[in-house]
Amino acid sequence: MSLEVIGISVLWLFLYGYLIVASIDFGAGFFAYYARVSKREHIMSKLISRYLSPVWEVTNVFFVFFFVGLVGFFPDTAYYYGTALLLPGSVAIILIAIRGSFYAFGNYGSKDNTVYLFLYGATGLLIPAALSTALTISEGGYLEETSEGVVFLAGELFTSPYSWSVVALAIVSVLFISASFLTYYADRAEDVDSRAIMRKFALWWSAPTIGASLLVFAGLRDHNVEHFRRALDLWWMFGLSLLFFLIAAFLIYSGKRYGTAFIMVMLQFFFAFFGYGASHLPYILYPFITIEGSVVNETMGTALVIVFILGLCLLIPSLYLLMRLFLFDADYVKGKK
Amino acid sequence: MLTAATLMFHVIFATIGVGIPVMIAIAEFLGIKKNDPHYLLLARRWARGFTITVAVGVVTGTAIGLQLSLLWPSFMQLAGQVIALPLFMETFAFFFEAIFLGIYLYTWDRFKNRWLHWLLNIPIVIGATLSGFFITTVNAFMNTPQGFDLLDGEAVNIDPLAAMFNPATPTKVFHVLTSSYMTSALILAAIAAFMILKKKGSFTYHKKALKMTMIAGLIFTAGTALAGDLSAKFLAKEQPEKLAAAEWHFETESNADLIVFGTIDENNEISNEIRIPGALSFLAGNSFDTEVIGLNEFPEEERPPLWVHYAFDLMVSIGMYSMFIAGIFVLFSFIKRFNEHNKFLLMGIIASGPLAMLAVEFGWVYAEVGRQPWILRGIMTVDEAATTSSSVGIAFGLFLALYAVLGFFCVRVLLKMFRNKPAEAELEQRFPGGKL
Repeated sequence: MSLEVIGISVLWLFLYGYLIVASIDFGAGFFAYYARVSKREHIMSKLISRYLSPVWEVTNVFFVFFFVGLVGFFPDTAYYYGTALLLPGSVAIILIAIRGSFYAFGNYGSKDNTVYLFLYGATGLLIPAALSTALTISEGGYLEETSEGVVFLAGELFTSPYSWSVVALAIVSVLFISASFLTYYADRAEDVDSRAIMRKFALWWSAPTIGASLLVFAGLRDHNVEHFRRALDLWWMFGLSLLFFLIAAFLIYSGKRYGTAFIMVMLQFFFAFFGYGASHLPYILYPFITIEGSVVNETMGTALVIVFILGLCLLIPSLYLLMRLFLFDADYVKGKK
Repeated sequence: MLTAATLMFHVIFATIGVGIPVMIAIAEFLGIKKNDPHYLLLARRWARGFTITVAVGVVTGTAIGLQLSLLWPSFMQLAGQVIALPLFMETFAFFFEAIFLGIYLYTWDRFKNRWLHWLLNIPIVIGATLSGFFITTVNAFMNTPQGFDLLDGEAVNIDPLAAMFNPATPTKVFHVLTSSYMTSALILAAIAAFMILKKKGSFTYHKKALKMTMIAGLIFTAGTALAGDLSAKFLAKEQPEKLAAAEWHFETESNADLIVFGTIDENNEISNEIRIPGALSFLAGNSFDTEVIGLNEFPEEERPPLWVHYAFDLMVSIGMYSMFIAGIFVLFSFIKRFNEHNKFLLMGIIASGPLAMLAVEFGWVYAEVGRQPWILRGIMTVDEAATTSSSVGIAFGLFLALYAVLGFFCVRVLLKMFRNKPAEAELEQRFPGGKL
């Protein structure tokens, strides 16, 4: 495998990791806020905070990892995306900053402050929307290269049906992933009330997830035909994604094996995400950056891969320990520790 | 400007983030070793406050990571080829720390053997220190770039390790780490001193905290001073224009004077200064005969602004002051005849905490502005590296508002957190009757 393919696969894997853990996190914030305003807090908030407290920082790192790695492996992306994303990127950073800080303020500082919880919950849905613009821009058509540099066509972005369908998909996926995870977590905690609420949410958001995915496909056909064709060539990946979705929805509907159901959801997004990523290649940013053209020099690329492998040797056992202690420790989940 | 604002805001939390874990580890160690609930409670309360600052540190750090590409796209396109390695490793260190901090905070009472919990401090301290190390190598690279050749604006023949371990790396890392430890120790000392002075709460608890932080503070200030001295010698050799700008040193000469404070006018005439004859030469090379290169050797458009002198002087003065205060306290506490808790000394200690943080800011301002007009010294100027986007103004306004809000709430939450639960109440609740 060539260096650039290794690089982009590693990065895509991390973005996928972020997609899953961040979705759980973003959705949980929203549900926690929802629970408070609908006065069902006593049931759900404990469950949510028990899961989130030890892991919220780790979520953030996945994201940092992705963009530091992207600039490391493909320095040209810094130039184009950097210029284009100044505004949407800044908005996303600000939202992430507000969310992270107010989570800590609310959770460790004053537990019953509704404003803090609102800021935390609301930003959870806005961040995916802001971040998804980066994916939209990667399809091309929103940047123009002039003699003075790269110009970002914000008007185009805001009026494009494709960009809105991506935003919609991002938000409903977040709610769906999060709800199906929390259903499983509530089940582990033997918290029947929370489980019932979360199960309803998961079922409620399942159909829109598929609906939004179809919209994105339709939007892509109008926006970037080439990419759409390449996606059709990889139809089996999207087919598998749909299959896993159906299994997951069936399991949640029939109310058993929530753990398997969540793994199915993860597989559903895995195939959709990698199908999308693979069909996007060789372009990173259509039509300016391809992976071959922008890859970092070989010495640095090799050094990055070595560090990456060493880093994983350190991270995987640590992550395993974290999950052992908090996610899969039945007593902790039930709130006994 | 935006990067400057973000960095200055982030540095506050980053300094705490690097230093506090060390102090927590020491306190918990003493607590277990001496079987003393006071120290254990100290570790616990510091750790609780620490999470709040970590949260803000994490989010502002994320902001900087992204802003590097957003605001300096051309710089990242070039430098990304050369310094991606330490940036990447920094995120690993950060990841490592984040995982174990999560575990640490939620397992206080989960292990029967207290030492097992204490061991969790090690990865946290390593992670915090390593991320300080890696990110400082990136900054050092910007001061003394090496490890690549430039061919028509493209970086070729890249050697990632040479770029990381550039000449500025050792002194910079040493100075950044010791000053972070020092600042954190002094801030915690200031809190303890304040509580004693206000006669609030348990005396034994706060006195123990004060003694411990002051001894640590003295050791770290001494380390910082040594690192600072080494840095000055490094500058004299590798980056003479920076040192010369800090000292308003125009003519290349041996036996050069050190200028303390003073003012300068547009004709570069210096007044109101304190001159220490020959001291600059001594600072630069441990001998009065050392020749110190002056600013006149550099073309006017490549000189740093001269006001960095003030930042430099303030940083050094505060450092001296902190060492003096910590020294007096430790001396007094070992000689029974003196009262180390007298009012003036306590007030001096209270001042030293915020002052140390200011010194960190001054130091960074000096280090960063002293390298102007270059972003990569000798290779790329700041103007060439900045984004061409027209929306910088809006982004700047947004971030400024964000930092104001975060700063305000951070302080508010921290105050509330500790006021609502004084140490003695918590001590009684966790360790009834002072027993472990």
